[in-house]
Amino acid sequence: MGEIWSNILLYFENNLDAYLTMLQRHTSLSLRVLAIAICIGMPMGILCILFRKQQKWIVGFFQVLRIIPSLAVLVLSIRLLGIGMGPAITALAFLAIPPILMNTVAGLEEVPFFMLETAKGMGMTELQVWIKVRLPLAFPLILAGVKTATVEIVASATIAALIGAGGLGQIIFQGLSVRRTELLLIGGISVAVLSLTAVLLLDLLDCFLQRYKRGVST
Amino acid sequence: MNTAIEFQHVTKGFKGASYNAVNDVSLSINEGEFITILGSSGSGKTTLLKMTNRLYDPDSGNIILFGENIRDVDKVLVRRRIGYAIQQVGLLPHMTVAQNIAIVPKLLKWDKKRIEARAHELLELVGLEPKEFSSRYPAQLSGGQQQRIGLARALAADPKIMLLDEPFGAIDAINRLNLQDELKRIHGGLKKTFLFVTHDINEALKLGTRVVVMNEGRVCQFDTPENIAKNPADDFVKSLINSCREQEKFWEGLT
Ligand SMILES: Nc1ncnc2c1ncn2[C@@H]1O[C@H](COP(=O)(O)OP(=O)(O)OP(=O)(O)O)[C@@H](O)[C@H]1O
Ligand SMILES: [Mg+2]
Repeated sequence: MGEIWSNILLYFENNLDAYLTMLQRHTSLSLRVLAIAICIGMPMGILCILFRKQQKWIVGFFQVLRIIPSLAVLVLSIRLLGIGMGPAITALAFLAIPPILMNTVAGLEEVPFFMLETAKGMGMTELQVWIKVRLPLAFPLILAGVKTATVEIVASATIAALIGAGGLGQIIFQGLSVRRTELLLIGGISVAVLSLTAVLLLDLLDCFLQRYKRGVST
Repeated sequence: MNTAIEFQHVTKGFKGASYNAVNDVSLSINEGEFITILGSSGSGKTTLLKMTNRLYDPDSGNIILFGENIRDVDKVLVRRRIGYAIQQVGLLPHMTVAQNIAIVPKLLKWDKKRIEARAHELLELVGLEPKEFSSRYPAQLSGGQQQRIGLARALAADPKIMLLDEPFGAIDAINRLNLQDELKRIHGGLKKTFLFVTHDINEALKLGTRVVVMNEGRVCQFDTPENIAKNPADDFVKSLINSCREQEKFWEGLT
């Protein structure tokens, strides 16, 4: 046990720069994937509501994708897209879109009809009803979807090291190949802490945006 | 006297229904009247109201507001000229009381000062202390307070016509009486035309300058409360009046 601890310290002494680079790469990869997943997942959720007939096809397509394990998606994407940052982002985005898409649809559907109708009755245009009523009321559920997606992305980005995207996965795979437990620990714990931090930040945002539900006045 | 609202042979049916929700309704309503609409569940009261602000369009017939056929006016513009309040209220939960009241004035692009002053004035009108309530969220209000805000919101842009669909539906008897009195006061002071839907015959006869009684999409009678009580036009109106009298007897029996 003591030996592992001193090995960990030794690792940081010798490889701090490399570690920080990997951490930074992991974070930036995750953020980019998240941004892309939101930019695709949310509008598609809105489209699902606008075009109900196509809804089951879009949702179904992504649900099937979701059943495929992330490892398989990544390995498959090597075949289709090659290696590097680009393919990693694409593959991870496919994993992150479903929770955002599905929660967007659920959130938008949950807004009670009378709420939309009174908004219309007051003289809001379709667009104003969407912007002032429907989206804000759906937002808590959409954010919950973003949270799920974030956890998935940060974890799966580890495997992305396999296809040459870098990140904290590199430490873990290095540890596996040279059988150094301390590397596995450093990698694993770092990913877990990163994931927790992300969730915590999103929870804070959630709390702030939903203060109206707790009854705290401004 | 000006005619504020005119329904001309208005009919509207929904798919799969055995009778038209609103069937050949013709009514002429003067400016400044307080019209109450009474009828059993499913008699078409809500449908009639929603046609007045074009949430629905009639299958046939015309609705004329101050001489203008609303078919020819943009839906959004028609709605911004009409106040609308419903039983479920529909306050936006993510907006404060003041922001909720400001919705229509904002749509009409009033300036900020004017909106603030208006919200203040309206809160006082519906009997809620502006300082205390302006910055609350709907979740921090009782049901009755929410309904008052719903009323204030509908009044915000000073519309000439108010559509009120069971606005006191979810309120206890005592608060209901208070709100009825306030509504009557508000109407009297503002010279607006009210269409007020209710299930409650006492409420309808108490508040209305004239009362519309509806059954299965048709208007059975459209008259003053006195005439309706004295000369019910058909069996349906008679049975309504009788149900009321029965209640009275029940009370007499108790006391
Ligand atoms: N959107 C709709 N789609 C189909 N049918 C409808 C719709 N709205 C109302 N109806 C039907 O039209 C008829 C009249 O309904 P309406 O809501 O106008 O009644 P109401 O008098 O307001 O009843 P209540 O007192 O219960 O509110 C009912 O038979 C109802 O089922
Ligand atoms: Mg109704």
